[in-house]
Amino acid sequence: MTLEQQFIAFKTIVVKEILRFSRIWVQTIVPAVITTSLYFLIFGNLIGSQLGDIQGYSYVDYIVPGIILMSVITNAYGNVVSSFYGHKFQHHVEEMLVSPMPNTILLAGFVVGGVARGIVVGSVVTLVAMFFTKLHFEHIFITLAVVILTAILFSLAGFVNAVYANSFDDISIIPTFVLTPLTYLGGVFFSIGMLSTFWQNIALFNPILYMINAMRFGMLGVSDINLVVAFIIIILFLVMLFSFCLYLLNKGIGLRS
Amino acid sequence: MPHALSIQDLTKTYKNNVCALKGISLDIAEGDFFALLGPNGAGKSTAIGIVCSLVNKTSGSVKVFGCDLDTQKDQAKSCIGLVPQEFNFNVFEPIYEIIINQAGYYGIPRKKASQRAELLLKQLGLWEKRRDMARELSGGMKRRLMIARALVHEPKLLILDEPTAGVDIEIRRSMWVFLEEINKQGTTIILTTHYLEEAEALCRNIAIINKGEIIEHTQMKTLLAQLHIETFILDLKESINKVPVVAGYNITLLDPSTLSVEINKTQTINEVFDELSRLNLHVTSMRNKSNRLEELFVRLTGNQIEEDAQG
Repeated sequence: MTLEQQFIAFKTIVVKEILRFSRIWVQTIVPAVITTSLYFLIFGNLIGSQLGDIQGYSYVDYIVPGIILMSVITNAYGNVVSSFYGHKFQHHVEEMLVSPMPNTILLAGFVVGGVARGIVVGSVVTLVAMFFTKLHFEHIFITLAVVILTAILFSLAGFVNAVYANSFDDISIIPTFVLTPLTYLGGVFFSIGMLSTFWQNIALFNPILYMINAMRFGMLGVSDINLVVAFIIIILFLVMLFSFCLYLLNKGIGLRS
Repeated sequence: MPHALSIQDLTKTYKNNVCALKGISLDIAEGDFFALLGPNGAGKSTAIGIVCSLVNKTSGSVKVFGCDLDTQKDQAKSCIGLVPQEFNFNVFEPIYEIIINQAGYYGIPRKKASQRAELLLKQLGLWEKRRDMARELSGGMKRRLMIARALVHEPKLLILDEPTAGVDIEIRRSMWVFLEEINKQGTTIILTTHYLEEAEALCRNIAIINKGEIIEHTQMKTLLAQLHIETFILDLKESINKVPVVAGYNITLLDPSTLSVEINKTQTINEVFDELSRLNLHVTSMRNKSNRLEELFVRLTGNQIEEDAQG
């Protein structure tokens, strides 16, 4: 395929994915708005108003970056895992597998679809946050870079989950038992400085901690983690997952018998 | 000129150690209308799956119009259009979008894809339904949708795996006409079907695969010439209770007014008619007991089953 043909194939998947989650916006966008509104209301305003400042910010301000990034993570992951597993389940992934489209394009198409949903939901959640507090953006480009890289990373993770999934249960197990606990323990609602040394060291093994702190640095200018270390960790995971996804596609694992 | 499809020593052993293909080799000429037949589980779909990159082969090679599927994957895949046995489109998508998206996966610009989609959907009688969700289509329409989808990138080799399964006879015949027409225009077609009269009517060459091996690969007319005995069913005007005797002919009475007569290549049916006339029996109609290809198919695959049982 020429580069132009590859771009057409890529665009086809991206447009299809964006139309897919847009058509079912009640399932894909509205729940995030409701959940995060409740977080801002209960944790931010009601409980947060009883708490003191953290690293110079009110509690609601402190949790905004984490909640925005949490919605990006959940939706980027959820979009790819449900869409690609749906393609497998209904066998219409075969439409792509029989075509000469390179595996990198197939992967990129689904990942960009996931990133698009992550960014759309993240933007909506940001708008919701404006009803509860005045937003800060200390380093806008760092904020955007963290959002985009995190969305790519979790779209890739969703892809891996979808490739290995053999039932609809399999696509909900990882988000429920791995992703959600790691996100909550990744410092969305607290600073790891509040933990004992032992638990601080344990928390450092959680990759989501680095993303949330990098996001917090982008928005508020404060972080528990060195920004360079955070970006190295994010990019490292991203490269590893991208390579693994391509390996799965090239071998046909979960796709070709 | 390279073959449209050239398969050499193709083997496939699944993870559960089931050996679906035991080293098959097959050459299909450009422009052919080729039947690949075999009983269920014979290895047809596995072979097609490998050619279409949906199944990983264990060993062997596949070339499509001279392009090796391992080393020139893009070129080889661009030549193939697949109509699979099972419906494999997104049932929640409008059928027009299914065709356009498929074209997109092949890198065809949307404008050109729209023109081709319109032409194909009109030819296959689906244009009026283009905005309908795929799930709303009837079984026959879904089959035609898959044909339109497989043709949108104008493949040189069209592989049809049971394309008329569950389709009524009228639509099946119209699909035959459509397929014959695109074959005349130069598209090589490989057909697998359980309707053997379909293969006999459409295909010029044939391979029969059984238990992962090709047991016959020849021209359709050569294969049909191997049929030494044909069985005819004769409907009588009169009812009888005793089988009429015609020397040298094997006749059985199926019911009081229906005879089954076996005729070999050295005999003629006139002798049977003459004898029946002499006995004052009148034949009102006559038909083949089964399709000729079907008789051969059953004998070929049945023989192998017997050989396996003896071996």
